[in-house]
Amino acid sequence: MSETLAPEKEATVTVAVMNQLSTAKDVRAESPLHHAELDKLASRNPRAGGVSLRELKLLGHLTLRGSQQNQSFMNGCAEVLGVALPTLPLTSVEKGSVSIRWVSPDEWLVVLPADQAFEVERGLRAAIEGHYQVVNVSGGQTILELSGPNARDVLKKSTVLDVHPSQFPVGKVAGSVFAKSTALVRRSGEDTWELVVRRSFADYIWLWLQDASREYGLVIKH
Amino acid sequence: MLHIYCPHCCELREEEEFHAKGQAHIARPLDPDNCTDAEWGNYVFYRKNPRGLHHEIWYHSTGCRKFFNVTRDTQTYAIKEVYKIGEQPQVVAEG
Repeated sequence: MSETLAPEKEATVTVAVMNQLSTAKDVRAESPLHHAELDKLASRNPRAGGVSLRELKLLGHLTLRGSQQNQSFMNGCAEVLGVALPTLPLTSVEKGSVSIRWVSPDEWLVVLPADQAFEVERGLRAAIEGHYQVVNVSGGQTILELSGPNARDVLKKSTVLDVHPSQFPVGKVAGSVFAKSTALVRRSGEDTWELVVRRSFADYIWLWLQDASREYGLVIKH
Repeated sequence: MLHIYCPHCCELREEEEFHAKGQAHIARPLDPDNCTDAEWGNYVFYRKNPRGLHHEIWYHSTGCRKFFNVTRDTQTYAIKEVYKIGEQPQVVAEG
């Protein structure tokens, strides 16, 4: 049951890898919260508040899938990404501008600057042999960063995860229910949390977060 | 609300994060073309409905998105054991 059936001889697979960043100047990129005009909101903010919200927008997101038993996969990822994939459940690693989140025993989410995604994807495809998957999902999700002394209180209203510091140390990653939607929550600092949310739910979660953080005072950062 | 241990995330999570997927260990007839209608019917439609221990498949849908097995007491809702797909249960009903 647990064995993976693979063809005896690997067929040559041709994959079209597209650079999703257009170099044309007249094509503009819009994040899932483009319509919320966070930049304008940021300019007329209250100066102080218990929660700060920032969209870490237009980053490169790569979903990596492969077996931890596949040495070529593990070594290839470590070589190309500059840091080994975290194999402990619910952990993440960060090196420079690249962060890797553990999603499941055979799935990771790599977040990196958008202009590196194409090169890294090509590098991974060149370095890895065997059964694996790399997908650029940059357009499908975005990251919202909550910070401030009351950020944890907002999370407590939104998710069933136990976000007490004893249960959720810095660097931990957990996918869970978030405001009737889902999010991949990562504690990136003492008072800083990152939510990876689906593009189609970004507006709903943005509205939810505004409401949930109203009592603490919400400061939009840009 | 059940508190379920995910064997892949290695921690207890709320039931809300999971979906129940029914009875576990249902073996597909090895030769579907040559099995009887009764065998195929049992495989497709017939499920246990025990009072007591029940082996079930659960899915951690909002977390690691992995399937795993749970042995649960249908009277008390107590979860007796959690084990991965492909493994056999240690806790089984008597008789």
